[in-house]
Amino acid sequence: MPHGTFARFIWPSFLAMILFIALPIVSVAMQSFFVEHEQVMREVENCGPFTCTTVLQVDVEATEALKADAPLGRYNGLGTYTNRGHLAFDEVSEIWAASESFGGFIAGVYNLPFYKALFFTLAYTFVVTPLVIVLGLLIALGVNRLPKVTKGPTIFASLLPMIVTPLIGGLILFWMVDADGIIGATLQIIFDDPDLSLKASAPLTWIMLMVYGVWHSTPFAFVVFYAGLQTVPTDTLEAAKIDGASRFQQVRYVIVPYMMPLLVFITLMQLMDNFRVLEPIVSFSAEAKARSLSWIIYNDLSGQDKLFGSAAATSMLTIFGVAILLTPVLIKTWRDFNRRAV
Amino acid sequence: MFIITRLAVASTALGMTVGAALADCPVTSGSVRILANDFPALHAVVDNAEACIGEGAEFSKNHSTKHNEIQVAALTANPAEYTTKIVANSSIVPLLNDGLIRPLDDLVAKHGQNLQPNQLIRIDGKIMAIAFMANAQHLIVRQDILDQVGKETPTSYEEVLDAAEAIRAAGIMEYPFAMLTKSDWNLGEEVVNMYLGHGGEFFKPGTAEVSINNEQGVATLNMLKSLMEYSNPDFLTYNTGAVTPLWESGELAMAVLWGSSVGGLIDDEGSTPEIVAATKPTGAMTVAGGATPASSLWWDGFTIASNISDEDAEATFIAMVNGISDDMVMANNDKAVWLMDSYKPGLAAEGVAAAASAGADPYPMLPYMGLLHSAFFQEVPDFLQGNESAEQTLADIEAAYTAAAKEQGFLK
Repeated sequence: MPHGTFARFIWPSFLAMILFIALPIVSVAMQSFFVEHEQVMREVENCGPFTCTTVLQVDVEATEALKADAPLGRYNGLGTYTNRGHLAFDEVSEIWAASESFGGFIAGVYNLPFYKALFFTLAYTFVVTPLVIVLGLLIALGVNRLPKVTKGPTIFASLLPMIVTPLIGGLILFWMVDADGIIGATLQIIFDDPDLSLKASAPLTWIMLMVYGVWHSTPFAFVVFYAGLQTVPTDTLEAAKIDGASRFQQVRYVIVPYMMPLLVFITLMQLMDNFRVLEPIVSFSAEAKARSLSWIIYNDLSGQDKLFGSAAATSMLTIFGVAILLTPVLIKTWRDFNRRAV
Repeated sequence: MFIITRLAVASTALGMTVGAALADCPVTSGSVRILANDFPALHAVVDNAEACIGEGAEFSKNHSTKHNEIQVAALTANPAEYTTKIVANSSIVPLLNDGLIRPLDDLVAKHGQNLQPNQLIRIDGKIMAIAFMANAQHLIVRQDILDQVGKETPTSYEEVLDAAEAIRAAGIMEYPFAMLTKSDWNLGEEVVNMYLGHGGEFFKPGTAEVSINNEQGVATLNMLKSLMEYSNPDFLTYNTGAVTPLWESGELAMAVLWGSSVGGLIDDEGSTPEIVAATKPTGAMTVAGGATPASSLWWDGFTIASNISDEDAEATFIAMVNGISDDMVMANNDKAVWLMDSYKPGLAAEGVAAAASAGADPYPMLPYMGLLHSAFFQEVPDFLQGNESAEQTLADIEAAYTAAAKEQGFLK
């Protein structure tokens, strides 16, 4: 394609990407370098229905004047990135100096909010992503072998977990795994333990969240693989059969290599999706046991006091994390592309 | 305590104020737009405010449990999205910090003759809100179960532990106790209450510097942990919506709940007559031999936005004063502990009244209290799950608060 044609073809998408993706990220990045102005405070007497007290209150006019001069706030450089709520450089080096063993160091770092969230986020991503791909492929292969009459309803039923809004799906399961719910009560009977509670133990909560993640994302992988299966060349498959390839060998040496681009695509999507896990944590009320990077952002921005600088810094670190995760996959795709071009 | 004297004289005052003419209703011009939390008492207030809207005036309302999250953005707009926000003593703080609500002295002088002096919330001498109801957390007990194990109604958390152990030992319930310990704002509130009960100070006087890493702090956390021994292991998911059904289904013998929830527990819906008959609100508990209850007092009141025309402000004020009129109180007597004179305290109010008369402290109305409250619920779950020592948790709380307060400009 001539460059001119390409440019004319691409410019509307390019413009939309700048407006709706690049500029907001630039704005968030800017925000992350600033913190609120110093609050000018003075002592005032407050009287309510119960008593009067002398307390500090923000001097609105003086603070407004500061804000009017510099609406973005105080420039803080990378200060927000390195404070205790994020990369916590000072705290990490203190822990390093104070801890006697490597295990103690890890435990100390794990106590810091950002690293704790990062650990769960990575664990979730690396458990859920491969499971989703494997299960999605297996379901696609299974459904593909079904007789025509049952195919339609099966596909519809398999897609249901993806159709349910994540927050709602999470809430439904949350009540089902309650000690009085159908899943929770059944598990208590199976394991003969009346105190078994998926919500009370941290490891069980993690497992529950990951199972939920697999349940919710597998239909996506399934539907992509199923579409791919329809295009697998039948002559190659027949040739493999004539050569005496078993069913497993057909999948391993014909179908999977043929669907490699789809597999890369699903891996990319799943890495991105799982790295920003949030909804199951909220709907399972699992904040006490599992926090993700997105949950930290959500927590900074919900409630009365909004920590915009902190949320922006965590957002930038999340983008950075996604970029690191995607790099190996992207490099591989780029190499394959070049090899094909030669 | 104002509230108690008021509760005592309520019946005598009734005759004087009922039927006082509301000459200003209906409002026929301007616009009234209300943002409020979503519970029955506030529905009653807002519906009565709406009844005051005549032809020519506009009215809209938004009841949302997420009211605190949208209030600042909504009132920063010019003109503001809402002309009035119904606040409590913590949610008024962000509005004050940004100067988003206006002083009401003129409007009170003109249209507020029926308001009681203790309804006027004065900040730095100026009236910034009109309070109309009080709320506090207190203990609720099942009298039948306490009788069964031969225990008196507890007055302190130590006695709660004692009674809980007796109930467990008698094999009646494994987990007889619950409080609002969901690891969000709710848990923060329990820590605040327990720390107040231990007589702790949250900040160094006259500064925004936190000081909770002390004996009272350790005692606070240890008491919460001891109580959680008798609460279902799911306790970190317990909010009002989770605990009230447990109570109504008879799975709890003692619970610490908001006074505003009691009305729903003793009505004839959702439970059996036996449980309802045995449900008894009592006062707020003291702890560690302290004199003040381990509970904070709350008020709800309305404010008027700054960024609206004076006409709208006046229309809104008139409508809201009508919303908290004596007629409203008489029609909705048991939905809340009202601060107006026409209120007749009923069973549902006993807990809040007892907490107030025992000298409970109001929730601190400080600009940086919200940050400490968040730090509490972010860090305390680690301790309650037995992952770390009380001292470590308190140090974490202080560090988390300090980082947030620096970012918000309260600390250097």
